[in-house]
Amino acid sequence: MPTTSVPDPSQKHQRREHALMLALVSPALLVILALIVLPVGWLAWQSVYHDGFTLENYRRVFTEDIYWRSFALTFEISLAVTLIALLLGYPVAYLANSVPKGWSILILALVVLPFWTSVLVRAYAWLALLQRTGVINQFLRYLDVISEPLALVHNTFGTVVATVHILLPFMVLPLYATMQKIPADLMQAGASLGASPSLTFFRVFLPLSMPGVLAGCTMVFVLCLGFYITPELLGGGRTVMVSMLVSRNVELYNQFGAASAVAVVLLVSVLAIFFVVSRFISLDRVLGQK
Amino acid sequence: MTTTRNVGFGCALLGALACGGTAAGAAEQITFVSQGGAYQQAQTVAILDPSAKKLGITINQDSIPDAWPAIKTQVGSGKPIWDVVDTPTGNCLRGGEQGLMEKLDFSKIPNGAAMPEAYRSPYSVSYEFYSSVLAYSQKTFPKDAPNSWADFWDVKKFPGRRALRNHPFATLEAALMADGVAPDKLYPLDVDRAFKKLEEIRPHITVWWTSGAQSAQLLNDGEVDMEMAWNGRVSAVAKEGAKVSFTYNQGILQSTSLCILKGAPNLATAVKFINEAVDPVHQANLPLHIDYGPGNPKAFETNVIKPERAAQLPSEPSNAAKQALMSYAWWSSPAGEAAEKRWASFMQK
Repeated sequence: MPTTSVPDPSQKHQRREHALMLALVSPALLVILALIVLPVGWLAWQSVYHDGFTLENYRRVFTEDIYWRSFALTFEISLAVTLIALLLGYPVAYLANSVPKGWSILILALVVLPFWTSVLVRAYAWLALLQRTGVINQFLRYLDVISEPLALVHNTFGTVVATVHILLPFMVLPLYATMQKIPADLMQAGASLGASPSLTFFRVFLPLSMPGVLAGCTMVFVLCLGFYITPELLGGGRTVMVSMLVSRNVELYNQFGAASAVAVVLLVSVLAIFFVVSRFISLDRVLGQK
Repeated sequence: MTTTRNVGFGCALLGALACGGTAAGAAEQITFVSQGGAYQQAQTVAILDPSAKKLGITINQDSIPDAWPAIKTQVGSGKPIWDVVDTPTGNCLRGGEQGLMEKLDFSKIPNGAAMPEAYRSPYSVSYEFYSSVLAYSQKTFPKDAPNSWADFWDVKKFPGRRALRNHPFATLEAALMADGVAPDKLYPLDVDRAFKKLEEIRPHITVWWTSGAQSAQLLNDGEVDMEMAWNGRVSAVAKEGAKVSFTYNQGILQSTSLCILKGAPNLATAVKFINEAVDPVHQANLPLHIDYGPGNPKAFETNVIKPERAAQLPSEPSNAAKQALMSYAWWSSPAGEAAEKRWASFMQK
């Protein structure tokens, strides 16, 4: 936007242009208003209003044990999933970044491929792999490695495995986008100054890829906080994440207010995380731009 | 006249105008809501179509897996578009207490009035029965299968992996029966004793299932060796060839009931329909199409259900005698609701 202190003869023209722009984006704004702002507003309203204004729902969320436990478990699982996804995703992104173009397209295509299968199907696929009579247990028994089937699913372990699988692309893609922007010359410069490949990696490449790490971790962590189907199917009923608390409150206890309060607390936590992260890096630069 | 099937919950949102359109011109009509799937298909053939024909009315159908939130919203809006709902009996009772259901005038429902008192409430009539039974793998237990909840709790005599429903309904009853309470002496439930008994079995429960489909899959895949499951789910899996079986002994007999939304648009027709829907002959038709028992026990006296078929049904009198009849009145009482809430913290310990 031009900043001028002298009177601008085209100011009127500019105002008209702004009005026109606003008119052009108004359909999009209406969609956002109807599909996002209104429902979220209604949700927030429901959490504080039940025959009059009340903070009872929030009092419960912050004082009752089960809510604390559920939030704690959700954050623990999200943290574990994020770390594992980072450890698995970083080498993949690094590989995609260092091989010739054709290969990197193939690698990225493989990373994105699972998006074409629904989360539900992938959860069931993990069930088929991990359960007592599943592929992995059968195979290990066939090899005589184990005599009793391992408990790989219907617990936190199974939940984490499947969640990592589903969220991995959200780690790889921002990492790859960031790595693409690191000039290859820097690595060569490091090498020409006598640094070993590992030293160049740790002193040059890794620090420069940090915005991608932060962006990928934020994406995975935040998405994991709201996971529902995967822990529901693979958690065996004990892995009660926050989203399940919301659905239980509606389905079992008919408490829309309590469910709304939990949802609002989760939403605020996510927004807070985004706010903190955006102080360090510009998220849209990493996520939106190639 | 026939029934018309409207698709899904969308109708509820679009309103009566859009959905009722199919019935334009009919003198009398109602909108009937059930849970969908094979069950709603079976009742359409067995009960809804014949009732519509006999009464000369049009029955518009809608379906929703869990009607409660929609009932609350519809009646809350002051202009419900549904008339009759087929929903777990507890919803009818709780709805009645919260002013969401019409009180039924049983003088206009003679078929319902003739049913045992335990099978109805001021707001509802039992429509069909299912049972939460002890199911087991015949591969793991080729002989000497577990036959009571005490056996289910006996991990030494019956080693194996177990699953229970992630819900207090029937689970607390099973725990009390495992602890020696007689099926007909369960209510009011001794909640403390039930949770104490559940603590005992908790380490041996591999899965706390949340949907009927999940329970069927657990049994089918051999993921668990025994579990609590709904009889219809177990027999469906057995029909597909899985080596599984179940016992009605100490099963917990549960029902869905018919009730009418407060301020229903077609109240008079709805009452007429309820009476027709629990007619013994229509009721006897239901188990010919699906593994659920008729809500009206008189159905077993109509000779429509063959003896060998009757023996498989949860509400057949001699089967019913082996089971506990769930008290929805207790579950919708303050003590019952407190027990439901306690379940949530039990699960997260």
